[in-house]
Amino acid sequence: MEILQAGDRVRYANGGTALTGTYITERDGMAVIKLDNGYNIGTSPEKIELAERAAPQPPAGAGVVVQDPDLPELSIISTGGTIASRVDYRTGAVTSQFSANDILRAIPELAGIARYRDRQIASILSENMRPALWQELARAVYDEIRHGASGVIVTHGTDTMASSAAAVRFMLKTPVPVIFVGSQRSADRPSSDNAMNTLCSAAVATGDLGEVAVVMHATTNDDRCAVHRATRVRKMHTSRRDAFQSMGMAPLGYVDYPALSVTLSDEAVRRGTGEPELRDALEERCGLLHFYPGMPSRILDAFEGYAGLVLSGTGLGHVATEWIPKLREMIEGGTTVVMTSQCLHGRVCDRVYNTGRDLLSVGVIEGEDMLPETALVKLMWVLGNERDPERAGMLMQTDLAGEIRRRSI
Amino acid sequence: MDYTELGLKAGIEIHQQLDTAEKLFCRCPTLLQDTADRTGEFYRYLRATESELGEIDRAAEEEMKLVRKFCYYTYDTVCLVEHDEEPPTPMNPEALEVCLTIAKMLGMTPAEQVHTMRKLVIDGSNTSGFQRTALVALSGALPDGCRIETICLEEEAAQRVEDETFSLDRLGIPLVEITTAPCMHTPEAVQEVAAHIGMVLRSTGRVKRGLGTIRQDINVSIRGGARVEIKGVQELDLIAEVVRREVGRQAALLAIRDALRERDARVDHTVVDVTALFSGTASSILKKAKSILAVRLCGFAGLVGREIQPGRRLGSEMSDYAKKCGVGGIFHTDELPAYGVTAEEVARLREFVGAREEDCVVIVAASRQRAGCAAEQVMIRAEMALSGVPEETRKMLEEGSSAYMRPLPGAARMYPETDVFPLDISEALWESIAVPELLTDRAERFVREFGLDEALARQVAFSERLPTFEKAVAAGVRPTIAARTLLATCRELARGGVAVGQVSEDEILALLSAVEAGRAAKEAIPDLLTELARTAGVGPGTPRERVDAAIGKMAPAVSQADVESIVRRIVAEREEFAREKGMGALGPLMGIVMQELRGSVDGKVVSESLRRELKRLLA
Repeated sequence: MEILQAGDRVRYANGGTALTGTYITERDGMAVIKLDNGYNIGTSPEKIELAERAAPQPPAGAGVVVQDPDLPELSIISTGGTIASRVDYRTGAVTSQFSANDILRAIPELAGIARYRDRQIASILSENMRPALWQELARAVYDEIRHGASGVIVTHGTDTMASSAAAVRFMLKTPVPVIFVGSQRSADRPSSDNAMNTLCSAAVATGDLGEVAVVMHATTNDDRCAVHRATRVRKMHTSRRDAFQSMGMAPLGYVDYPALSVTLSDEAVRRGTGEPELRDALEERCGLLHFYPGMPSRILDAFEGYAGLVLSGTGLGHVATEWIPKLREMIEGGTTVVMTSQCLHGRVCDRVYNTGRDLLSVGVIEGEDMLPETALVKLMWVLGNERDPERAGMLMQTDLAGEIRRRSI
Repeated sequence: MDYTELGLKAGIEIHQQLDTAEKLFCRCPTLLQDTADRTGEFYRYLRATESELGEIDRAAEEEMKLVRKFCYYTYDTVCLVEHDEEPPTPMNPEALEVCLTIAKMLGMTPAEQVHTMRKLVIDGSNTSGFQRTALVALSGALPDGCRIETICLEEEAAQRVEDETFSLDRLGIPLVEITTAPCMHTPEAVQEVAAHIGMVLRSTGRVKRGLGTIRQDINVSIRGGARVEIKGVQELDLIAEVVRREVGRQAALLAIRDALRERDARVDHTVVDVTALFSGTASSILKKAKSILAVRLCGFAGLVGREIQPGRRLGSEMSDYAKKCGVGGIFHTDELPAYGVTAEEVARLREFVGAREEDCVVIVAASRQRAGCAAEQVMIRAEMALSGVPEETRKMLEEGSSAYMRPLPGAARMYPETDVFPLDISEALWESIAVPELLTDRAERFVREFGLDEALARQVAFSERLPTFEKAVAAGVRPTIAARTLLATCRELARGGVAVGQVSEDEILALLSAVEAGRAAKEAIPDLLTELARTAGVGPGTPRERVDAAIGKMAPAVSQADVESIVRRIVAEREEFAREKGMGALGPLMGIVMQELRGSVDGKVVSESLRRELKRLLA
């Protein structure tokens, strides 16, 4: 039998009726064909036969979007999060679009806000992010700012977007907005939040902000986006548009949609504050451990030789009493151990209960009200830049990038 | 009309909601709600996605003409899936099973593997902007030789409350879509096929009933015309009329085309601003418009106003197109002066735009932007008139005419729903699907087995109360009593204002069993149902206890001795009459006795007793 290729025209026999369709692929022993009525079905490969080889497809429509030279220039850096995609209804394939031109074709309103240049540093699912890519990202953002970008938009998968944003925040001092954006509903669907999130991001990126932030839907309505501080934002829902929440503080601002008017709180750092500065060292030998009742202390053996460990403890910041000797050993061996809370809301206080006091006495550092993931990223950065454990410990309790609130509200 | 001569080709798509416990791609119940019970509202924008070839689907693009904000009502019976805030669950196996059952009844061949697709729909009726749909089986046959092309299982759209507001309760209810080939050639054939498929669907006993639960889309074309899809025909009886009117419309449009060509008609593409001409107008619509624009249609005079369907003119078609821009409608000189526009104003208008006698002038009044868009649409539709019948999706109006909705969607508007895994239809699964008896076969069996007359048998078989009937018969109730009670008696009582709907199936079954067991007479059934309805929801008790309580109140048991003593007394009181009429007195006396007994004794018992008493007297 001839080997079929995607796009080939095929004949398909079903219950005595002959039909025609387009061959898509073979998956798990089944041939997938798209019938002429648009539906895909799976069939045994022997039930189809080649009718006609695929005609060469005309190149994808490559209309060039003219950009307005009088508008400020933004840089769009993509890491794999999709803010634009294109559907091939012939085969059903959905392809992500990363070039500024393609993004502008998908979201034409962007052209009225700024001009854009694009840069792709990765094309990965965000669960495959890693510290080396955070560093590469921070360098790329720094580079774009140095080359005159009025603002930077980073497109990112939403799963670990908050960690990446926090990592860039610790490594980079920026006088211009650096906005992380993603979508919770895939960009191929008419209801996707991609367009609104991106438009709001562009509005913030050309505005008065001067720090790293995440801009995503504020509610389930298409009414406004929230601007979240990179070090205090967390994805709090698996699927909703408004999954991203500022934790322990109000958002830095909002963008009304479709008006795209930006309002920033007094707390938001303003554009032009300081000079761009990059300190991109990270200590990768750091871990984050979520404690559960009955978790054996030998788990900690896996972190042997680590420079730092963040614990996501229970309540005010606890792990089982039987962990204390092991933790003492690790800390004496040079590991910096920071306690955060799996409550996510509120501040760690290890001075209330005996276990807490014991943890402090062996040298565990209270991570204040830092989010566990932010504390991890910070620990990597602190240990990458400060070798002295005592000073590193002090830095962990000092607000460096808006990650610690002086007061709990 | 000679439909063969006209080359009529018609096909139908039938959409039927399934009566499953849960929706197709989430675990919500398939319950419709009152909009007043909504627990919240939210709103979204939808935008068309660019396809690989840089094309936006033409139907989708048309819907995008207006930037529209869609508002959705939500309920406590709706979840994040309907909100488009959560990926779908796997396909509901119950719905798939019903769909396969229908496919098997229609002699179709299932797909070996079912793939769920996303079908682009951006009119707001789907929060996601697409409808999930899967082709389940292919190639079925109908008794008249017509062919069924496909059966698809898809999710129902949200119900439009008004304009751009939708209610999410209906979104996601499983729906089968059955598509026939364009194999029907007369309006009557279309209606017959629809009736047959509807009967097959109801034979499963697992489809929803009532208004809006089944909808037909009808595809019609004639030779030289174009394929037109008329959506949302709910009443079966109107189908033939819809086809007749569409054939008429297409024939009329072809005649208009020929007339236009004869006149060398053309569309003048200069849009003229005539706002100033109407500064002192008495027409309220024109008075409040910011901008009035005119389009000159050369050689169109008399044809824009020509009727193409009852109540519809070519001008109505132009008006439908213009309404896509958010204007209320159009005026054209074939219908003016009217609506407060004077003859003098019309004359001024014609002169201003340089219209000759054979020209028609169309005006649109709205904001500058909307009027411009509407004028453009009028010209587009006028150009179409020069080439005949446009391919369109239309919506049915009352009585069977139709109005333009949007262009026919292109074929290329589907892509895979990657969040739902393909499902294998194994041979074992297909073999395990039981084919229910057709309602028509069932009606014939009821005649044969139960001795019901044909009309009643058919009524029972097609009734929503069929399951109750079958349970009653299985419990030993005489079929005629069960059938008459469930159909005639219940309907008459309901008509008389008795809330029989409140009486549960179990109570009806207990009541029929009581009659069958001789604890109540069948003549007492109406009174007993009335009592059960009156006390529904009040007072405890099992169905049997409630029925016994009703009997105790309405038709206390009368002993055989009581019956005989009453019969004896009544015959004695009318001895002269009885002697005169002989056994002929049986009928009249029967009525008197039954009235006295208030239906608490079976008529048969009374008549036997009366017959004995009369014989004794006459002997």
